Amino acid sequence: MLKILKYSFFDLMRSRWSYVYFAFYLLLGIVLLFLNNDLSKAVITLMNVIIVLVPLIGTIFGVMYYYNSKEFTELLLAQPLKRTTIFLGQYLGVALSLSLSLVLGLGLPFVFYGLFKSNAIWDFSLLLITGSFLTFIFTALAFNIALSNENKIKGFGYAILLWLFLAVIYDGLFLMSIILFEDYPLDKMSLMGTLLNPIDLSRTLILLKLDISALLGYTGAVFKKFFGTDLGLIISFAALILWVILPVSRIMYKSKRKDF
Amino acid sequence: MTRAFIFLISLFLISTFTFADTIEVCKTCNLSSINEAIALAKDHDTILIKKGTYKEYDILIDKPLSILGEGHPVIDGNLKGEIITIIADNVTLDGLSIINVGISYTEDFAAVRVKKAKNFSIQNLVLENLFFGIYIEKSHYGKVIHNKIIGDAVEEHNSGNGIHLWYSSHIEIEHNYVQHVRDGIYLEFSDDSFIRNNVSSNNLRYGLHFMFSNNDEYQDNTFESNGAGVAVMFSKNIKMLSNTFKENWGSASYGLLLKEINDAEIIGNTFEENTIGINIEGSNRIIYKHNNFINNGWAVKVRGACYTNSFTANNFLYNSFDISYNSRENDNVFDGNFWSSYSGYDLDNNGIGDVPYRPVKLFSYIVNRTPETIILLRSLFIDLIDFSEKVSPVFTPDNLIDQHPLIKKAEW
Amino acid sequence: MVTIQNLHKKFAKNIVLSGIDLNIDSGGIFAVLGPNGSGKTTLIKAILGMVIPNKGDISVLGENIKQSSNYRNSIDYLPQIANFPSNLKVKELIKMIKDLRDRPSDDQRLIELFNLTPFLDKKLGTLSGGTKQKVNLVLTFMFDSPLIILDEPTTGLDPISLIRLKALINEEKSRGKTILITSHIMSFVEEVSDEIVFLLEGKIYFKGSIDELKKNTGQPDFEHAIASILTIDNA
Repeated sequence: MLKILKYSFFDLMRSRWSYVYFAFYLLLGIVLLFLNNDLSKAVITLMNVIIVLVPLIGTIFGVMYYYNSKEFTELLLAQPLKRTTIFLGQYLGVALSLSLSLVLGLGLPFVFYGLFKSNAIWDFSLLLITGSFLTFIFTALAFNIALSNENKIKGFGYAILLWLFLAVIYDGLFLMSIILFEDYPLDKMSLMGTLLNPIDLSRTLILLKLDISALLGYTGAVFKKFFGTDLGLIISFAALILWVILPVSRIMYKSKRKDF
Repeated sequence: MTRAFIFLISLFLISTFTFADTIEVCKTCNLSSINEAIALAKDHDTILIKKGTYKEYDILIDKPLSILGEGHPVIDGNLKGEIITIIADNVTLDGLSIINVGISYTEDFAAVRVKKAKNFSIQNLVLENLFFGIYIEKSHYGKVIHNKIIGDAVEEHNSGNGIHLWYSSHIEIEHNYVQHVRDGIYLEFSDDSFIRNNVSSNNLRYGLHFMFSNNDEYQDNTFESNGAGVAVMFSKNIKMLSNTFKENWGSASYGLLLKEINDAEIIGNTFEENTIGINIEGSNRIIYKHNNFINNGWAVKVRGACYTNSFTANNFLYNSFDISYNSRENDNVFDGNFWSSYSGYDLDNNGIGDVPYRPVKLFSYIVNRTPETIILLRSLFIDLIDFSEKVSPVFTPDNLIDQHPLIKKAEW
Repeated sequence: MVTIQNLHKKFAKNIVLSGIDLNIDSGGIFAVLGPNGSGKTTLIKAILGMVIPNKGDISVLGENIKQSSNYRNSIDYLPQIANFPSNLKVKELIKMIKDLRDRPSDDQRLIELFNLTPFLDKKLGTLSGGTKQKVNLVLTFMFDSPLIILDEPTTGLDPISLIRLKALINEEKSRGKTILITSHIMSFVEEVSDEIVFLLEGKIYFKGSIDELKKNTGQPDFEHAIASILTIDNA
């Protein structure tokens, strides 16, 4: 698998899109820091970017890579390699190269800015960790979509829909259902609702750092326990890991049964 | 040093009042009890208490005396009741440690009580394991300086306040350090007092609490990690200058709570990481100027019936919500503030944004209504509905606009 | 060498293979023929494990292919459409495949045989179809495996390369290898194959030598024999 990973990774590292992605984040980091000169504001803006853009790019890129490397995949399939090896290798190649573009693209300007001397380093590291998690999750979801759809256009369509759903529509429905059932105790339900959507989950994780003062304004006991202690952090990370594991295992399951 | 000081004081007293003496109290002296010493003392004498532990309570100071501790002698009340009660004018307490005040549900026992006295001075005391700390009732022109009050309050109903003023006036409270009591400093019906450079932290209820008190001023104090920072209620003409309100977290927690307050000035304060920076109810004609609101959940929460307040030249930095209103009515002015979430531009380069800023978000209205929705904070969907509300306000006051948002942080 | 028993495969509702039984002995060249959509490529991909059968068993060199991927060590496969990752250079691709299979190879000889040396530093995306097919051939023949599967090997080749390909095939045959070919070029099939398998509508319509086919159909030449099968069927 490491070999496949290596080749997928280098293949992507050489592709134009990785550079575009990398350059985009580099530019964003530079603009935010050096034109704005305000680290706290930069972290907040980055958070918005990360929870919206990273999933979008992860899905699109994942689907694109899968369809574009179909021939490569078929070449590999004829080799004495296990299918799970091939697909996991490719998946990790994509997810790793995207994460690397993200971490380096955003990290370099911040390091030059003097991040290590700043106390924003924890907030910032958390952003990068969540960003990488989101990359891994959405690339895996994208591979799932692509594996299940031979039709490229359909695959892209579903990928965009998935992103739109998780990034926007889900929260709309979530908000409506909270307001609709406001007479009932809702803190458990709303926490569950958060765990079920990786974007919300990442958002919550970042909220724990950025908006803890506001979150503690809510009276619910479950909320308090979740946000007031390390429990929230632990559960969120566990859920994120689960969000990686589940789609990845479906990649493995699907890939073993797919015809090429 | 202390001796020289005492000598000078004694000299001074001797020259003015012919019979002022110094009476020493220690374990091996002729006098080993403070009560006895007071009984023996004449007006304007000095009682010097040497280092040691004195198990006494109900010490009544009924004549003008200076009671000085040397090497911080400890007066241990053994949880029996009140420890020192001052009922005479011109009393000075200095350099004592007072511990183990009795707790009662019927009487407000204090470490030190000043009752109907004038010109007192209470300084350099250390109070520990107390119910009420320094209780000043119907007294005037006193000083409470450099005291350290460390309680161990757990529940509001069986704990007292650190420094408590009741029907008093012209009291100066400076450089005190109060923690772990119910209210750090409490003023009720107390006017013309001055509270400066105190640190009040980790108190159960409020760091500083005003009730029905007018013309008071507090400046350069720090209020940190209290149940709520400062509560100012039913009071007039309070000046709040250059204080720091920090990390007051919780569902009913504020940096500053204003309730039925008129004509106050709130200038140069810093509100940092509070659940709510300032919570305002029924307060009018208040000037908010040059304050920093940093990383609060809500910088300012307006709960209605607030008229003619003005917010100018404040900095609103990275708060989850800058301003929250629970109605569509607005009679307050927001002008020339800096808002970190302002995204407008300044083409004519005059330091003022060309696009007005609306500090009230629709989402803050939703959260007011259904608190659980806070979990959706910073979601893209919420940003979208906030944006649409900004374009055409339906739920939030449509005249609540900062017409001159600053491009750079306000400095003063 | 390859044993196929009762192989069924359908894509969605479309039945592609229905009950194929086929036994391919060691040594010799076998051509799988049939009209478009008759299931040739599917059959080959099933042998390679790229298509998972709905029913039936396939074993290669006595090993059931369901269990592992190792049997593919004994297969060299030439895919039908030679599309490679376009970012890679030719020599990187060759190096990669060698790295993946981790076996000795004589790529140098083949590169010279197909005159690929000038293209080694070019990216695969920039190559013409014919050149890609040559690279494809190098990748296939550079390992010394007992079973060689060629899916439309002649696509896009110039006449000289075609001659070299035929020579290569015969050379491998003489070394006792089993070669499985699909092709549309009847003359090519007639020239190289020892035995043909004719697929029609997912079934084996005919299996045997070309001479037998001619005899059965009563046609003087191979192309007409094939054509007659199709017309009979259509009628």
